[in-house]
Amino acid sequence: MTATDLLLEIQHLKKYFAMGSGQYVHAVDDVSLDIFQREIVGLVGESGSGKSTFGKTILGLHSKTAGKIFYRGEALPTKYKTSDYRRFSSRMQMIFQDPYSSLNPRMTVGEIVGEGVRLNKTFELTEIRDRVASWLERVGLQADHMSRYPHEFSGGQRQRIGIARALILEPEFVVCDEPISALDVSVQAQVVNLMGELKQSMGLTLLFIAHDLSMVRYVSDRMAVMYLGSLMEVGAADDLYFKPMHPYTEVLVGSNPEPDPAGERTRLSTSIQGEIPSPVNVPAGCRFANRCPKVMDVCRLDTPKLIAINGADREVACHLYG
Amino acid sequence: MVPLLRVTNLAVEFSTYGGIVHAVRGVDFELEEGQTLAIVGESGCGKSVTVQSMMGLTPMPPGRLVSGSAQFRGEEILGRRKIHGKEIRGAEIGMIFQDPMTSLNPTMTIGDQIAEPLQVHRGMSRRKALKEATELLELTKIPEAAKRSKQYPFEFSGGMLQRAMIAMAIACKPSILIADEPTTALDVTIQAQILDLLQDIQREIGMAIILITHDLGVVARVADEVAVMYAGKVVEFGKVDDIFYRSAHPYTVGLRAAMPVNDPSRNHVLSPIEGSPPDLFAPPAGCGYCSRCPEAMEVCATEAPPTKVLDAGHTSSCWLQQDGAPHPENLFFNEERL
Repeated sequence: MTATDLLLEIQHLKKYFAMGSGQYVHAVDDVSLDIFQREIVGLVGESGSGKSTFGKTILGLHSKTAGKIFYRGEALPTKYKTSDYRRFSSRMQMIFQDPYSSLNPRMTVGEIVGEGVRLNKTFELTEIRDRVASWLERVGLQADHMSRYPHEFSGGQRQRIGIARALILEPEFVVCDEPISALDVSVQAQVVNLMGELKQSMGLTLLFIAHDLSMVRYVSDRMAVMYLGSLMEVGAADDLYFKPMHPYTEVLVGSNPEPDPAGERTRLSTSIQGEIPSPVNVPAGCRFANRCPKVMDVCRLDTPKLIAINGADREVACHLYG
Repeated sequence: MVPLLRVTNLAVEFSTYGGIVHAVRGVDFELEEGQTLAIVGESGCGKSVTVQSMMGLTPMPPGRLVSGSAQFRGEEILGRRKIHGKEIRGAEIGMIFQDPMTSLNPTMTIGDQIAEPLQVHRGMSRRKALKEATELLELTKIPEAAKRSKQYPFEFSGGMLQRAMIAMAIACKPSILIADEPTTALDVTIQAQILDLLQDIQREIGMAIILITHDLGVVARVADEVAVMYAGKVVEFGKVDDIFYRSAHPYTVGLRAAMPVNDPSRNHVLSPIEGSPPDLFAPPAGCGYCSRCPEAMEVCATEAPPTKVLDAGHTSSCWLQQDGAPHPENLFFNEERL
């Protein structure tokens, strides 16, 4: 991949939330990541690691505390104004986790899916209708579902409505925030395959946030592992999953049960003690130090930086390397 | 030998404004002492209703027990609260739920909530029960148990709450622990801790576990036996290896093919199960899986398949495994076909 393929350049992005009395939640703390055109980057990590905040901050749904994001070389504003949303919403969109609470129950499916087009483009009403109808069919629903309300659909169908709403403006970049975790296994595969097809036909770039490691590995080209607001490891998806380098990635992959009883019986338990600490008082040094099975003295003093290993294919933030 | 638990032909329906929902339509399974049985299937297939009606936790009405029996060590427990002077619920069978945040009382301390079953079922004094509660919290590996037992649920994280729920469920050393999606709301790292904990406690006090889940990875990790449910029926039952390596029912095969396999040597493509589960207001006359099944035949639409014993302890309800089926090679779907 060359620099010309670079779609999003995220540099030292920080997002802190004020808690009053001078305390801050360090939700995203100094994250740098490049996202190239037509790739799917999977973002994994435990809940509370800042994955969703990272995705929302990229799209301007949260203002940035510090750091810069360049979209095709153009710096995105720190805090979005209404006109900024208007400018960027047709290029960057989001698919939300919960297909139940992210659709307005008082709007028909046609209004939900057509809203973006109505606000952003100067189309005749009939043309909006035609577009909505064709998009509903493209995501596997029927055109006459337009006049129905969200409660008349199942979870998988609602997620398809959410996908149609995000893609009708034909964006280049879509943040998918846990798009399949509320769905059943059999339906997850339907939605994943649909997103794969649309990615191919529209040339989409996706940031795929999820906690199901097997699914993220399957979907993504590259994978990024986040812990307590920082990136721990970035690499090609298969390579990172099968040859994890960072101790945290090892633990995550090792905790992920595989649908293979014989393999599970022989596998050693890699579970770690403790839980993700509070992002309010972030400890000095490596954030993972107090749970890390391979912790060294230096880890508690010095924060490791994300450094490239094996050329630029893999980046790891750990004192064990480099 | 009498099994620990034998459920036969259990059927439960609910009357709603929209009509009668046939939630469970004839479920049979057996559970031996100290074993782990996993019940898998997608949402709405009747997993939770099956165990809740066994425990007397389904409100009746609107629920109605249509037929069936559940025998605990040979004694009928459906419709009864006590056997041999002991309460079934809480004392003989413990239960933990999916969402620990909403299943605990926010106005009681964790210690009091764990002590409650001991006071109710064992007649302990509050003081003695609280002491035991602290020991139970230690058993579930909660650090600083004495301090933690005086705290309220909002002071606990999700994983810690699930540990507290487990402590409460095992307080009276039940013979069966029913775990309804115990790790669905948790992260993989915490899930691994909770599953390890359940297995440790199982070894320690020798209880059987019924684990309800939709995650085949979790099943592979902890289950001895598996019941695959679809549309209110058990479509396949067997040892965990039978279910994973000698899958017989097309639904079991479909579930496995819809999940990514983490094997670097195989370029596996996900094949989803098209369509959605049938409407249980008007369940299909034949096999419940018929409308989504790639192997469906004419007979499947009109007549429900009988249950066939394929191997010791391995049963499947599918016309493909009946005598005279057109494709005898479909007796088992082996690894290569996935």
